[in-house]
Amino acid sequence: MKPNPSPSACELCPAHHPANLKRLGVNMDRYDFVVALAGNPNTGKSTLFNSLTGLRQHTGNWPGKTVSRAEGGFAYQGSHYKLVDLPGTYSLLSTSTDEEIARDFILFGQPDVTVIVVDATRLERNLNLVCQVLEITGRAVVCLNLMDEAERHRLTVDERSLARELGVPVVPAAARQGRGLPLLIDMIHQVATGGFVCKPHRIQSEPPALKRAVSLLVERLRAAFPGLPNARWVALRLLEGDSRIEEAVRSGELAELVRAPQGVGAAAPAEGAG
Amino acid sequence: MSPANTREDVLEAAANLRWEVGPDLHDSLMEALYTDAARISDRVLSRDDARPAFDLDRTIDRLVTSRWLGFPIMMLLMAVVLWVTITGANVPSSLLSSLFLETLHPALKQAAAAAGLAWWLDGLLIDGMFLAMAWVVSVMLPPMAIFFPLFTLLEDFGYLPRVAFNLDRWFKKAGAHGKQALTMAMGYGCNAAGVVATRVIDSPRERLIATLTNNFSLCNGRWPTQILIATIFIGSLAPPALAGLVSAGSVMAVVLLGVACTFLVSWGLSRTLLKGEASAFSLELPPYRPPRILQTIYTSLIDRTLIVLWRAVVFSVPAGAAIWLVSNIHVGGGSLAEHLIQGMNPFGLLIGLNGVILLAYIIAIPANEIVIPTVLMLTVVSAGLSGVGEGAGVMFEFDSASATLGVLEADGWTLLTGINLMLFSLLHNPCSTTLYTIWKETGSVKWTAASALLPIAMGFLVCFCVAQAFRWLGG
Repeated sequence: MKPNPSPSACELCPAHHPANLKRLGVNMDRYDFVVALAGNPNTGKSTLFNSLTGLRQHTGNWPGKTVSRAEGGFAYQGSHYKLVDLPGTYSLLSTSTDEEIARDFILFGQPDVTVIVVDATRLERNLNLVCQVLEITGRAVVCLNLMDEAERHRLTVDERSLARELGVPVVPAAARQGRGLPLLIDMIHQVATGGFVCKPHRIQSEPPALKRAVSLLVERLRAAFPGLPNARWVALRLLEGDSRIEEAVRSGELAELVRAPQGVGAAAPAEGAG
Repeated sequence: MSPANTREDVLEAAANLRWEVGPDLHDSLMEALYTDAARISDRVLSRDDARPAFDLDRTIDRLVTSRWLGFPIMMLLMAVVLWVTITGANVPSSLLSSLFLETLHPALKQAAAAAGLAWWLDGLLIDGMFLAMAWVVSVMLPPMAIFFPLFTLLEDFGYLPRVAFNLDRWFKKAGAHGKQALTMAMGYGCNAAGVVATRVIDSPRERLIATLTNNFSLCNGRWPTQILIATIFIGSLAPPALAGLVSAGSVMAVVLLGVACTFLVSWGLSRTLLKGEASAFSLELPPYRPPRILQTIYTSLIDRTLIVLWRAVVFSVPAGAAIWLVSNIHVGGGSLAEHLIQGMNPFGLLIGLNGVILLAYIIAIPANEIVIPTVLMLTVVSAGLSGVGEGAGVMFEFDSASATLGVLEADGWTLLTGINLMLFSLLHNPCSTTLYTIWKETGSVKWTAASALLPIAMGFLVCFCVAQAFRWLGG
């Protein structure tokens, strides 16, 4: 561990954004929080990753460019963050390699915060993935990226309503120009430290028969894995016959997902089991 | 109940409930997702409906993916990138080589002499290793510093997915994956990078096809060979004003031949060893984004150019030592190099090449970049030319293309040798880094061997046929 140089008064002031950000590159010998970057392909995850870590992960304007996950670090207000850039995916349901990498990391890697990068010009399709991620983890921040392009296409997104609908912070940004990054970092920090408690949106439009089956299975899961944070999602996966999740149930690996509540009031999100 | 039993209980309950929810669970779940997403998006999104009469993105897309203009535009862009690279790299290349070869090399020699270094150590270190490295830097750095940023600008703009879109039809006909167009494009920078990029292809069968055929994309280590040989053998046939265009055109022809080989081999593999249908996939055509020019130039210089250059330097140093050794270790009245060259000469001549070229490709397995300097050095050794070059095992560069031509012609090179060298440079085994990457990515010795032997066999065959046709036509 390196001794921290004592910060000057300016650096301690909350108004001192974003100079508070220390880009740490690949230096991550110690970190307090893990942040995952998820999102559809080609929404600017790698660009965001680079501007937060100071690394130069190759970026390109084509979907599927990031083929494995990249890791880097940054420090903000005295906390060290490990940032993981996941491959872009349209969903976390079907099983291709990149979807599996992304899903397994969000589920088993248990990031403290998952930043879901969203293309503001293709909101509806991107929200599919947001809804899926929010089923797995409630500790998320939505980065409404490519706002510059949305403006060019004369689209307006009411980010406050969106945040209310999703139950997680929504930060408009234009990562290529560096717009919105200070606020994003601050929201990541708040969710990680428990300053902001998410009430993530849960899928509501399932048919009644499915709802009943899910709530029965959730009960069983609760009995086997008390305190499981995403029992509803696991139940859905089991009903679909996802062999990876079945294996995690059988081996008891799923029990590792039961974590001690971290920070202030960041308890496991309430499940809409009824 | 034990925990293990409770867990089995969960699985059993799931299996039972699965019957209750019925087989359309996946569909109803997707439907629920889409409904929620649409509902939220409707609430928060508003658009200004006064749409502009002219949509730039759509117009560009209609042009670059059009049935008639798509391919010509693709080739035109490629030709422009090549031409800018060829003409732009000349000046910095000669500046660098005069710095390394005329200033630094003599200075090092003097310093070594002053320090009283043994002749063999001085030769191995300075004439072998240093010169190999100097050549690689002066020949590779300028074209790469131009080619990579240009290529990255096109990528940043959003052109690559359109290339994939245009080529998709052909890849499908060949039984391969449409995203192979993207990995092929990466291969023009570096085949090892192209092989890693095949991870975007989900189906193992199609990924293997993309891996095996990536070598047919000329990598940056082979561009200098193509450019130099095209300039001295083919460009010189044209009137001086057109020489640049003709050279770029002949390099372009080799590139297109590589594309043809990619389709042909993909087609062959998907009908024999790797049977199967092309799988469906969706590829988004992302919006065009104004490239961030300065940033792109900076990052592609740092990331691609310097990393690839560093790799080449690392490999050129031991190769330089090997070259110096084979031409200075004497066995029974001749150097090792001379024996090897004479041994391979009959076969080389049969296929329109010669023993020097074959030996050079063996020595240069670590990095394609050092093929040309090795060829020149070995030519001088084998022809026993005196007064040219700097002695056995010394890699050097001739100041002008015509000096190079003089040495090569003195050793019996003809237009045929030039053409076949360009073909063989396209069709031969990948460099050792790429082979190692293929082995790491596929985990199979068999497929790694196949990806080395297949192009070599094709190279021998094509060169042999061209030699026969050339000799028959030329009388």
